Amino acid sequence: MEVNLKVKRFDPESDNRESHYQEYNLEVEDYYTVLDSLIKVREEVDGSLALRCSCRASICGSCSMRVNGHAKLACKTKITDVANESNEIIVEPMGNMRVVKDLVTDMKPFWDKVRSVQPWLQPSGPAPEAEYIASNESMLHLNGVMSCIMCGACVSDCTTLEVDHNYVGPAALAKAYRFVADPRDDEDESRLKMYSSYGGIWDCTRCMECVQVCPKGVAPMDRIMVLRDNAMEAGFSNTNGARHTEAFNESIKHSGHLDELTLPIKTFGMGGIFMFGKMLDIPALIRNIPSLMGLLPVGLRAFRRGKVPPIFHKKIEGADKIKNIFEKLESKK
Amino acid sequence: MKYAFFPGCVSRGGCPELYPSSIQVCERLGLELEVMEGASCTGAGVLQEKNQKLGDTLNARTFAMAEAMGLPIMTICSTCQGTMSQAHKRLNDDLEYRAEINQILAEEGLEYKGEVVVKHLLWILVEDLGLEKLGEYITSPLSGLRMAPFYGCYIIRPTGALGFDEHPERQESLERVIEVLGAEVVEFEGKTRCCGFPILTINEKASVSMVANHTIEARDLGADAMVTPCPLCHLNLDGFQPKAASQRNEVIDLPILHLPQVLGLAMGMDPKAMGLNKHVISTKKLLSRFALTA
Repeated sequence: MEVNLKVKRFDPESDNRESHYQEYNLEVEDYYTVLDSLIKVREEVDGSLALRCSCRASICGSCSMRVNGHAKLACKTKITDVANESNEIIVEPMGNMRVVKDLVTDMKPFWDKVRSVQPWLQPSGPAPEAEYIASNESMLHLNGVMSCIMCGACVSDCTTLEVDHNYVGPAALAKAYRFVADPRDDEDESRLKMYSSYGGIWDCTRCMECVQVCPKGVAPMDRIMVLRDNAMEAGFSNTNGARHTEAFNESIKHSGHLDELTLPIKTFGMGGIFMFGKMLDIPALIRNIPSLMGLLPVGLRAFRRGKVPPIFHKKIEGADKIKNIFEKLESKK
Repeated sequence: MKYAFFPGCVSRGGCPELYPSSIQVCERLGLELEVMEGASCTGAGVLQEKNQKLGDTLNARTFAMAEAMGLPIMTICSTCQGTMSQAHKRLNDDLEYRAEINQILAEEGLEYKGEVVVKHLLWILVEDLGLEKLGEYITSPLSGLRMAPFYGCYIIRPTGALGFDEHPERQESLERVIEVLGAEVVEFEGKTRCCGFPILTINEKASVSMVANHTIEARDLGADAMVTPCPLCHLNLDGFQPKAASQRNEVIDLPILHLPQVLGLAMGMDPKAMGLNKHVISTKKLLSRFALTA
């Protein structure tokens, strides 16, 4: 078949330093992958095309790039699965990373972030004479997350990283989960404290881009959600994220649906106003006063337009049934 | 066509214009609705952070209620739809898990049999009503209007739970509906990205920055308005657009419309009844193009 590859090119050392798209029309076999086709371009058409690849068998994680707007391993992506009716395929470098040349991106920030979660085993007590032993059963649940090949696809398409480079990102946090969930590691508490800080687990938007694009089924977002739960269980609940989740759940438990008026206020640490007997979270409140004041104009604007939730939050019909379900399952997972 | 209507929290909370516009538009389209008053919140992925089984039980309860009514469920929120679709997949893939959850529901005399269908109004328009039939209802086509589609994450990912294999048309359903209404689709990168709402109270700067990116991109490509099937996206893209504008130090002024509102407009329904006067970003200029006021 003939395929039309539209490749995004950038060469800082050439006369044309603007990134631009270059089209390559070439004859390929139906079984070709995107990587096979790019290699054919490089070897037979244009030797100046830069790309990174090694194993060609989705093991090494080198050839992540965007195909038709989403991160994929080029070696795992068949031409016939991505070509449109006119046999056109758009190939671009990964997102959220500096482009070195053409399809090659700078992976240093990626590795720095992975390193920042301390991705090594930290057991306590005296070191055993040989290796640290764990039973098969206690490690089986880590199979999925240990399939990560550090290709960067999740980081490329992460929506938070697009607007906040401080976020540690899905690959690093999936790796973080891998050590929190490892039965041999004894630093869960310090890890969860570290991961709860700014730029950590609470900055994920739950947009599921990482789950969708991961070529190995690691589901980074799902791991981040477990870390959030672990962090709250370990008592690291003094964050807006944790307060938001707690207040959200309380609202459903007691009324069956969401009380949107009090949710942001409780998130900012003013829960005591609504929950008799529960203290105001003074440090959170002080820290959050600017944010809370910042919400005021938004609230007033919406209020002027009549765009406000009911002031008195009513329970749904049979809300006691919902509360029963909560009481039955809250402590069990 | 009759549905068990699951309105979700926000259509009667932060976006009170969505509920009445949905009811009226469905009535006009001959989609009969029976409101599920006793159904709980889906958990919106937030509850599931702490306890997925609890979330799945609440959704199984809603599914069982619809089965008892003998009706498919209609949602009007991408987040409700996605959360329910994910629960639906887990409960239908793992019968042992479903049986465990049914034990809890049995106390209320409910059982989820695995038969319920859960569809967003957007999918109902395309799959049940049909675009051709929808076209017959369009009396005031939105000719000349350039409209940017904005899906909301949960109705687009993960595709495995959303039935995209059996229904590939779901991937571009919003574009197809916009075309039937007589408007022109503005293609832009942001259409399947995150609106930023889930991290609004956690990382406001990043959240508002997402609003700025998407609204400015659409506007620069010539969009007159943006349309979304998700009220949570609406809350951020509309409510926080003034903040996004001041973050970037420019005027954006892009009206964000709910899906039922644009349907209503194209069917000649009263803009005020559609709640088009309730947005933070005024729809006045947009409506005046069609000699309408709200």
